[in-house]
Amino acid sequence: MDWGTILGNAISQIASPTTAAYALAAIGISVHFGYTGLLNFGQAGFMAIGAYAFAIATLGFGWPVWAALLMVILASVVFAFILGLPTLRLRADYLAIVTIAAAEIVRYVVSTTGLTPVTGGASGLSGFSGGFYALNPIPEGTYGFGPFTYTADGWWVRIVGWTLVAIATVLVWLLMRSPWGRVVKGIREDEDAVRSLGKNVYSYKMQSLVLGGVLGGLAGFVFILPRAVQPGNYGTALTFFIYTLLLLGGAATVFGPIVGAMIFWVVLSLSNGIIVGLVESGIVSFLTPDQAGQIRFIIVGVALMLLVIFRPQGIFGNKKELSFSV
Amino acid sequence: MSDTAVASHPLVDGAVGPGCKKVDPIVVADGVTRQFGGLKAVDVEHVEIPRGQITALIGPNGAGKTTFFNLLTGFDKPNTGSWSFEGRSLARVPAFKVARAGMVRTFQLTKSLGRLTVLQNMLLGATKQGGENFFTAIVKPLWAKREDEITKRAEDLLTRFKLDAKKDDYAASLSGGQRKLLEMARALMSEPTLVMLDEPMAGVNPALTQSLLGHIRGLKEEGMSVLFVEHDMHMVRHISDWVIVMAEGRIVAEGPPETVMTDQAVIDAYLGAHHDEDLGEMEVELDLPTVEEAEAAAEKKHEQQEGNH
Repeated sequence: MDWGTILGNAISQIASPTTAAYALAAIGISVHFGYTGLLNFGQAGFMAIGAYAFAIATLGFGWPVWAALLMVILASVVFAFILGLPTLRLRADYLAIVTIAAAEIVRYVVSTTGLTPVTGGASGLSGFSGGFYALNPIPEGTYGFGPFTYTADGWWVRIVGWTLVAIATVLVWLLMRSPWGRVVKGIREDEDAVRSLGKNVYSYKMQSLVLGGVLGGLAGFVFILPRAVQPGNYGTALTFFIYTLLLLGGAATVFGPIVGAMIFWVVLSLSNGIIVGLVESGIVSFLTPDQAGQIRFIIVGVALMLLVIFRPQGIFGNKKELSFSV
Repeated sequence: MSDTAVASHPLVDGAVGPGCKKVDPIVVADGVTRQFGGLKAVDVEHVEIPRGQITALIGPNGAGKTTFFNLLTGFDKPNTGSWSFEGRSLARVPAFKVARAGMVRTFQLTKSLGRLTVLQNMLLGATKQGGENFFTAIVKPLWAKREDEITKRAEDLLTRFKLDAKKDDYAASLSGGQRKLLEMARALMSEPTLVMLDEPMAGVNPALTQSLLGHIRGLKEEGMSVLFVEHDMHMVRHISDWVIVMAEGRIVAEGPPETVMTDQAVIDAYLGAHHDEDLGEMEVELDLPTVEEAEAAAEKKHEQQEGNH
């Protein structure tokens, strides 16, 4: 077993673009669920919308990167409105059902063969990130130290991804300390009370849904930069991984989504490395390599259960907030 | 329908009776009905609520008081009817606009916002905070001044309601009575013209009752009108200037608190549920029975009461 490689791979997950994408999506869920109390179980749908919007705008329409990014935001806003208009007047659990269904609808629609010329069908789309990497100002070469050694393109995608995470974090922090954040948190506690104080609850819930949805769409954009767009990536499991890491870090906290995403990916990579290493070196003989790849998700599941039992507020959460049965 | 003893009253324009015209009404409702399946929960032909007074809305359980309250405040939609608040029609206007118009309510089951601090609860009640707009919110200098103003007002109100020591605690950590106080104080943040209190005394211990009563009187002294739903007859008698009685969705009687409780329609409304019960022995009382006494001795014989009149 090569512990150096296993640890190096795990550590490098801290800065990976995928981690940034998960963090960004988790910030969106934090806005929805953590601050506003909207149970959005369709964040994978928003990520798919963002990913496909960018890929189709680039490949199908031949748009430049900035226009494709605008398309990502616009598509996310439209999707949020489609979800929110009929459901935000209803009780919170209806939104959960509608969002989970909508995300699945998106996934099935983009993978239908009828749409293959546009969405690439089940095999998805690739070759759309040329324009993005052409904007890279870093000269060719390899930079960094230890596990954080990347090519110029590797740095570029990380810089853009984490810059977006930083912007989103600052934006959400600014909003949540403001009176707007106060109204939204009030809605989480009791929307009738907030309504009785003269606030247009419906409009605030819609604003929150749009904000978190746009962050989800941008997460989809970051997610596809180092890979192709594949419909299989946007299943419900993606949404629940995002919830897992958000609860890990602490919902309704500033750094919870970021640290949660980092820990999630480091642990996932570390457990995978160790298990595969043990299987390959023959120490563990009862698992096939395929099973070894799956078992890490079992570990994640158990870890999540332990987390919600023993530290329900997450790493950054305030224990006091949870000591009340509200 | 009513045989209230007084025929006229300074608040009333004309004869006193259910649906009578007020000299200076703040709310006027006409033909308001709300049906739940086959049940007509509210069927109010006409009612006027006097301005600058404390009006009690009483009635037995299931009389439709809270439903009527919900209709007036936009939390429920009526099947038919219209009503105006300060001359402005508010029928089918969403709840948040009703609140902005100056008619602010509290709830029977207190709705304090548990995981916000007491002070944040208060600030949420304020109006004209530009920082509640998504784009303005990002730039603190745009709303910081107003925030200081409303924080000052919130602290004053909290001091008045003796909650100032709790201002940084989560609202969920308050006792039931303190939450009632917080909810009332929060409603006052918007400087409303009409305060609607849904059972302000429910679940409040006797020690706090006095201070709550004092606060409600204080609202009137500051020129606000108050409409409250209440079961506590002691409270109704002590602080209300006018009493409206509902039964089975209708307004059955109206009048000042001293006389309305002797109204036959009111006694019928309260005792109706006990008509078929085996009636115990009761002494014939010499004074007029009140709703309070009537409720306390629900087994009282109907004929005996008639004999009292």
